[in-house]
Amino acid sequence: MSKVIDFQTDPSKYRHWKVEYDGPVATVIMDVDEDAGLFDGYKLKLNSYDLGVDIELSDVVQRMRFEHPEVKTVVMKSGKDLVFCAGANIRMLGGAAHSHKVNFCKFTNETRNTFEAAEQDSGQKWIAAVKGACAGGGYELALACNHIMLTDDSTSSVALPEVPLLAVLPGTGGLTRVTDKRKVRRDRADIFCSIEEGIKGKRAKDWRLVDEVIPNSKFEETVAERAREFAANSTKPDVEKGIELTPLNRTIDDKGVHYDLVEVEIDRDGRKATITLSGPDADAPGSIDEVVAQGAEGYLLKLARELDDAIMHLRLNEMELGLWVFRTQGDPEQVKAHEDLLLANEDNWLANEILQFWKRVLKRVDVTSRSLTALVEHGSCYAGVLAELLFAVDRSYMMEDEFEGDNRPIATITLSESNFGRYPMGNDLSRLETRFLGEPESLEKAKGAIGEALEAEEADELGLVTMILDDIDWDDEIRIFMEERASFSPDAMTGMEANLRFAGPETMETRIFGRLTAWQNWIFNRPNAVGENGALQRYGTGVRGEYNMERV
Amino acid sequence: MVDLINVSYDTQIPNNVGLSSDRKVLKALEKWHPGYINWWNDLIPEKFQKSMVYLRTAVSVDPKGWAKFDYVKMPEYRWGVLLAPQVEGRTIPCGEHYGQAAWQEVPGEYRNMLKRLIVIQGDTEPGSVEQQRFLGLTAPSLYDMRNLFQVNVEEGRHLWAMVYLLQKYFGRDGREEANDLLVRSSGSEEAPRMLGAFNEETPDWLSFFMFTYFTDRDGKMQLESLAQSGFDPLSRTCRFMLTEEAHHMFVGETGVGRTIEKTCQVMRENGIEDPYDIDKIRSLGVIDLPTIQKKLNLHYTLSLDLFGQEVSTNAANAFNAGIKGRFQEHRIDDDHMLKDATYTVWDFEDGKAVQKEVPALTAINMRLRDDYIKDAAGGVGRWNKIIEKAGVQFELKLPHESFNRKIGVFAGHNFDPDGKIVSGAEYDAGIPNWLPTHADGDFIQSLMVPVTEPGKFASWIAPPKVGIDNKPGDFEYVKLHMA
Repeated sequence: MSKVIDFQTDPSKYRHWKVEYDGPVATVIMDVDEDAGLFDGYKLKLNSYDLGVDIELSDVVQRMRFEHPEVKTVVMKSGKDLVFCAGANIRMLGGAAHSHKVNFCKFTNETRNTFEAAEQDSGQKWIAAVKGACAGGGYELALACNHIMLTDDSTSSVALPEVPLLAVLPGTGGLTRVTDKRKVRRDRADIFCSIEEGIKGKRAKDWRLVDEVIPNSKFEETVAERAREFAANSTKPDVEKGIELTPLNRTIDDKGVHYDLVEVEIDRDGRKATITLSGPDADAPGSIDEVVAQGAEGYLLKLARELDDAIMHLRLNEMELGLWVFRTQGDPEQVKAHEDLLLANEDNWLANEILQFWKRVLKRVDVTSRSLTALVEHGSCYAGVLAELLFAVDRSYMMEDEFEGDNRPIATITLSESNFGRYPMGNDLSRLETRFLGEPESLEKAKGAIGEALEAEEADELGLVTMILDDIDWDDEIRIFMEERASFSPDAMTGMEANLRFAGPETMETRIFGRLTAWQNWIFNRPNAVGENGALQRYGTGVRGEYNMERV
Repeated sequence: MVDLINVSYDTQIPNNVGLSSDRKVLKALEKWHPGYINWWNDLIPEKFQKSMVYLRTAVSVDPKGWAKFDYVKMPEYRWGVLLAPQVEGRTIPCGEHYGQAAWQEVPGEYRNMLKRLIVIQGDTEPGSVEQQRFLGLTAPSLYDMRNLFQVNVEEGRHLWAMVYLLQKYFGRDGREEANDLLVRSSGSEEAPRMLGAFNEETPDWLSFFMFTYFTDRDGKMQLESLAQSGFDPLSRTCRFMLTEEAHHMFVGETGVGRTIEKTCQVMRENGIEDPYDIDKIRSLGVIDLPTIQKKLNLHYTLSLDLFGQEVSTNAANAFNAGIKGRFQEHRIDDDHMLKDATYTVWDFEDGKAVQKEVPALTAINMRLRDDYIKDAAGGVGRWNKIIEKAGVQFELKLPHESFNRKIGVFAGHNFDPDGKIVSGAEYDAGIPNWLPTHADGDFIQSLMVPVTEPGKFASWIAPPKVGIDNKPGDFEYVKLHMA
């Protein structure tokens, strides 16, 4: 792809969204500029969206939490008259490469999850105020909100028309949220998902597809009232002022992507990206107030933002780099001190937001379709939240004993309380719990080692790393592993890793990223959807898709 | 005994791989070496460990360096780690990487395949020493005893060569595999050698000669194809091993030849014309030709089994990956990729053996087996010359490749040595004439009496034409330790 997709934006650059702030209530208005698609070849009619629209939404959600902590209720509505949102742009989907579709869906899913979790994580409750057609991805936006209000104007409806219209699935959580979150009866859900026109009015409420149906004349008023009411009942403490998410200091060149704390080094021949995270260059602040004063320059927030951007950049712009190698360099005690300060003050709004943000970034790592490896080299700072990376990756390798000519501090891993539940995975378990699913006693042993700087043998004994290697073996073992990994089929790797990473119970989230996504991606490869005469290609021509009627 | 604490690997282990400056391999070898010496000591009867044996030692890879002769106690043999010199600009000779620069490091994507090949090759080396461990006790002469020990130490050195590759290039896994090579042992119930043919004890000297002629020749073919590897260190290792393997073939061919020669000589001296006058021939203390044919049948067919299935995906993968070539790959005039080529292989259809064209890539094993058969036929021709020269009416023959097979398309079917399908009854009736019986074994065993006086030979075998290192006939090749 020649065009670099940039995930950094700010309100001054938005083309598709407006946000209005009114004390504890914010209104997020979707008003897609149909001529501002990310790529050529389609118009974003009827508030349909593409990745560019979603990048802005993601930015809105993120800034809402860091820059506007005073907000307790967010109303999402349309800036257009007759339509709430028509969903993902079909021409964009029809023209996009499979890989782009998949990445697009993953990112939109992550964004939906983020504002859905805003209520629980930050006390920001999202309301979907649905007026006009709310179809497909549009209803999926609403589904991810915590409260859905639908106007009863005899035309506005909610719908998931993907199956009858496009021969694909409502794949951005649609099917899953209808049954798992809205708990719609399955036979009704079956009807709902097979009709183009959707369901409106009272029935939508009866079937639990929406929470409220409001007479059209009173709609705006009721929405405003409900927003104020939710804000008033919120337990979220009042915060006067947020911090500014200042632009990242980032350069992109042939060699990689460079930030202040994150360095991405690209090896195209080896199909590998090495992501090095630096430790803090100063001691932890003395108090949480200082952390607030530091704002976006604070170590753990800055690191999370840079890492998040690097992940998105690599996912969308560097699809042939099938192997990601995480490294860290710095003082593990300092890393732990920075994190400890946040953990000790988790009732402080910013401490909470930073920790929650790390939870999301680590989940992004979990669902990244790349072979993930971590190297625990001498001089590493895998402590607490950074140690969590070791449990997110597919394999980790740790240096054992001294290496000739290497005077960096000996490699260690330091666990903190946070490794035992502060950053749950999509399956709602901690990564260590997931890792030790078959050996709960190992989890207890690891708990007993909290705070200790564990050298290779101890880390190995506790099962925290895949393999420890001394001076003699390190280079060869790592090289050979990487070469082997880079030689496997990327599809098989993606499938294998995604299956191995999420042991344990299913949650709505794992069902979205696992079941729904996998089925959608299968359908995205089938001629019935994407073939020359498939429904996606034929959409808008007036001719229906031609299907191979064999059930597979 | 070897001073294990103070092994100076660079001086005591002849090598051309910079051993003294290679910390990684040194450390690994230091850990491995004691286990190896234990293995050796447990294996060879003590009397022979302490004897002085006139052995050839390779101390360098140039023509002068690889054949230094001197007396040495076997455990103190200098187990060189020697690779044929690197060929400037060598390229991968076959498969999808054809023409690219040969790998000097293990390519990650083929690591496991390469490791498996090296482990299997390495496993056969100590295996044969284990099979032959008691033969020294019944050696027909000091000359033959010395040859046995020469073969043994060289198999031991070949184990070193494979262990070196494992330790140098395969990291922790490689070291574990190197250790396991000493854990498995021939005929063990717990951990047998990997290939069946290496789990049978070599019961007598005729078997030993047949083994070195036929089974070591399979080893030679495997080494030939590994010598074509795109992984250069493996290629270089195998090329040097082949120089030693030639001596093993020599021991086998001349051993069988001298047995035949003695039989024919005794027949002539006693006016026996009929080679099938078995009782009479045997009563004169020599092995009759039909029994030699039966031994040949057995060892040849066991060796054919070592080539595996006629159509093999593993072999195809290894060839296509460029890690194992064909016999004398560089002399073959084709694309070296076998993109569209076909090859004729045996198959078994409708109750009979038929020949079929299959993609040549999948027939790599078969092709190597065909090359082996040609190679093995040479010595049989020379044996027949000996018989002919003696005026005896008898001809040794390689049996048809369908006979007595346990692996491949012919397995489980009753073929006679001419390749004809026979009934179960015919097969049962024929077997005593085709393969050595227990009674044959008893007879051969009865001839296995040690002869340890310099220049003397057991009744059933003729002396060699020329001594090793041109030594005179009564040279004391082994100075036996007398407890």
